[in-house]
Amino acid sequence: MFRVVASRMIVPNVHLLTLEAPAVAREAKPGQFVILRACEEGERIPLSLSDWDAEMGTVTVIFLNIGFTTNQLAALEEGKTIPTVVGPLGNATRIEKYGTVLCLGGCYGIGSIFPIARALKAAGNRVFTLLEARSAYLFYWEERFEAISERVIHITRDGTRGYRGHIDRLPEVVKDLGVPIDRIIINGCTFLLKRGSDASRPLGISTWVSLNPIMIDGTGMCGVCRVTVGDATRFACVHGPDFDGHQVNWEELLHRRKAYMVEEEVPFRTSRCNDHGCKA
Amino acid sequence: MAKTQKKTLDLVRREMPKQPPEVRRHNFQEVALGYSPELAVEEARRCLQCPKPACVSGCPVEINIPAFIDAIARRDFGQGIRILKEKNCLPAICGRVCPQEDQCEIKCVLTRKGAPVAIGRLERFLADWEAEQGEPELPPIAPPTGKKIAVVGGGPAGLTVAGDLIQLGHQVTIFEALHKMGGVLIYGIPEFRLPKAIVAREVDYLRRLGVKLVTNFVVGKTRTIDSLLEEFDAVFIGAGAGLPWFMSIPGENLNGVYSANEYLTRINLMKGFLFPNYHTPIKRHKRVAVIGGGNVAMDCARSALRLGAEVRIIYRRSRQEMPARLEEIENAEEEGVIFEYLTLPIRYHGDENGWVKEMVCVRMKLGEPDASGRRRPIPIEGSETVFPVDAVIVAIGNSPNPLIPSTTTGLEVGKRGNIVADEETGKTTKERVWAGGDVTTGAATVILAMGAGRKAARSIHQYLTSH
Ligand SMILES: Cc1cc2nc3c(=O)[nH]c(=O)nc-3n(C[C@H](O)[C@H](O)[C@H](O)COP(=O)(O)OP(=O)(O)OC[C@H]3O[C@@H](n4cnc5c(N)ncnc54)[C@H](O)[C@@H]3O)c2cc1C
Ligand SMILES: Cc1cc2nc3c(=O)[nH]c(=O)nc-3n(C[C@H](O)[C@H](O)[C@H](O)COP(=O)(O)OP(=O)(O)OC[C@H]3O[C@@H](n4cnc5c(N)ncnc54)[C@H](O)[C@@H]3O)c2cc1C
Ligand code: SF4
Ligand code: SF4
Ligand code: FES
Repeated sequence: MFRVVASRMIVPNVHLLTLEAPAVAREAKPGQFVILRACEEGERIPLSLSDWDAEMGTVTVIFLNIGFTTNQLAALEEGKTIPTVVGPLGNATRIEKYGTVLCLGGCYGIGSIFPIARALKAAGNRVFTLLEARSAYLFYWEERFEAISERVIHITRDGTRGYRGHIDRLPEVVKDLGVPIDRIIINGCTFLLKRGSDASRPLGISTWVSLNPIMIDGTGMCGVCRVTVGDATRFACVHGPDFDGHQVNWEELLHRRKAYMVEEEVPFRTSRCNDHGCKA
Repeated sequence: MAKTQKKTLDLVRREMPKQPPEVRRHNFQEVALGYSPELAVEEARRCLQCPKPACVSGCPVEINIPAFIDAIARRDFGQGIRILKEKNCLPAICGRVCPQEDQCEIKCVLTRKGAPVAIGRLERFLADWEAEQGEPELPPIAPPTGKKIAVVGGGPAGLTVAGDLIQLGHQVTIFEALHKMGGVLIYGIPEFRLPKAIVAREVDYLRRLGVKLVTNFVVGKTRTIDSLLEEFDAVFIGAGAGLPWFMSIPGENLNGVYSANEYLTRINLMKGFLFPNYHTPIKRHKRVAVIGGGNVAMDCARSALRLGAEVRIIYRRSRQEMPARLEEIENAEEEGVIFEYLTLPIRYHGDENGWVKEMVCVRMKLGEPDASGRRRPIPIEGSETVFPVDAVIVAIGNSPNPLIPSTTTGLEVGKRGNIVADEETGKTTKERVWAGGDVTTGAATVILAMGAGRKAARSIHQYLTSH
């Protein structure tokens, strides 16, 4: 069993959970993820590592409360335990000295791109951080990014902070930065990954995205996480989760992520969320 | 007929009661219900107690078959189970899933008369009888040796190694990637063929013996083999053959196209058939095609059927060549699975939402025998056939996962990704590391995995007591 060390909502609908998982914390690297189950009857869901502390033996995930399992996780209080935290899974994001890197995070990806940005900075890169959200009140961890970035730039849909609009404005942002960008790394929801990649393609900047297809085991056993990258079918859990955003078949990924949309509503319709009988 | 000295041949193989097909196709409970003591004794009495029993040579772990059958005939079930367990630590499982008709039973002298002794059913009977007697007594455990062994993978190979070594006084820890022990027995083989409570009982027995069971631990990720070797005196790798193959044909990544592993894992490990009480969803499809002809394909087909679908097995050769156990093919036929022999899918078409809606197949004919001795299927030109489907389950095979070899130094791997190990000892090319089961052979059988575990345990023990 894995104990909850901290649990709180950091901005509306986005939660932070710190869990005791010493074996995972010892090996964790930026860009990796864990698979969790919230209770014995629970589904296995992947969440990226947003932080960890090898000495304390803890890992931190940040997630959007979007459905049944994330709802259960959000309701966890300190001291409670959950039955599965397994990892660190997936390959670490490749950290090299690229020169100047633009780290783009939205939603939960603001959390998960932080350790990546931190490692890139430590590896001698100039790091620019671009954060995207619907509105200014959805940003978090800004002081962390300030500490390691040349600059932190914002885009909000409603214009309450920084650029107004969607990530389609990326070319403008890059132009305004006034420095050549050697690499873009994007973490967040599939739309951000896709539209960010689309927007960076004409700029000719190598763009890497952390994909989030449906997963079960996270070890290459079930194949549900397959994505098409270039001409090849890849299992995101073992070959990724990072891939070249300009090579990903986005349409397929968007379809595959919706495979269980009908079923995902069932627990709510049957109000199982109140009586699911979990011990967690 | 006058009573002779010689035992009269009883050529009526006692059938095991089963749930009727029209009932069982709607539930996930076990199909075969097991012998009653009376039936078991009758069946046991058919055994001729051959002085040179051929059946034993067909069993990969050489169980003393006539002896355990004789014990049943004498109603000494306790003695019977002891004889079984000398060689087979998982009789409740092997009695259910061993391909007996190709192993022990095919060698039985009565096979020539068309009625081999039902060795597997008798084995199952004893194991179930034992379970009914309450918790089995623990065997004596040798004094502690102070040696520590790490076992990677909680499938039949790993469980066997652990059970053998703990009794010899060593400390044993099993590291399992999933959240439950049992390997394919838990995530692959369905409840209606192997109730999970039986697997849980075997795992619990190991726990009582003192084996440390660590789930949620992916060796190669959570910790490497090299790192385990710093803490443990020896490592056994029983990681199975869990990497699913696909056919690389157009449309294979459409929604509704599954690997057998995904489909079965959702149902068995995650208990999707109890959704929403268990939270992992599984679709209730209407028309399902299962590609392949092995046990895995039968399990997928019969699971999909139980979830309410019309199911077709698509197999590129004919019934004779199908690798699945005959009993399972018959069960599937009885339950209403449709078989399309000599048929090969070549592409899938999807709808506007990315869901599979059609499967295009070609019909095949059989040519000359190939390397496997089976006649090679050849496509018939112009024979394209379209089947409407809303799901396809690809059950064409698995190979070992590269995760461990790719994170371990000095471990030699064969062409198909299998870890190279000595057949007699399980020794790999890496010092203090052994391997056995599907990870060395590719997808095989429970009893072979168990047998490999036995041999490796013996070799590990030898090494540990001489170093
Ligand atoms: C490698 C990886 C890292 C991720 N990291 C994060 C993260 O750090 N923070 C975060 O908020 N989200 C992350 N996700 C997405 C997260 O896994 C899903 O939001 C979560 O599974 C939703 O589960 P649910 O039961 O709450 O919602 P549901 O209502 O069941 O599903 C909502 C949506 O989530 C997706 N989803 C459902 N089940 C799964 C599953 N088993 N695996 C993956 N996706 C699923 C589907 O697209 C679905 O439509 C990550 C996904 C992947 C693959
Ligand atoms: C659907 C299906 C039906 C079958 N039917 C039959 C049958 O009727 N009769 C029969 O005899 N055989 C059958 N088989 C084959 C049989 O189940 C296998 O041959 C047998 O289970 C192999 O045992 P194993 O211990 O080598 O591996 P597995 O049972 O595969 O167990 C390996 C275990 O190792 C774990 N693991 C893998 N990688 C790691 C890692 N890196 N770290 C930690 N743990 C890891 C896995 O999660 C798994 O639990 C069937 C197989 C399938 C899939
Ligand atoms: S273990 Fe399998 S092969 Fe051996 S006697 Fe039992 S059923 Fe037959
Ligand atoms: S070969 Fe058949 S009849 Fe002879 S001992 Fe074995 S099971 Fe009995
Ligand atoms: S999650 Fe099962 S193979 Fe990737």
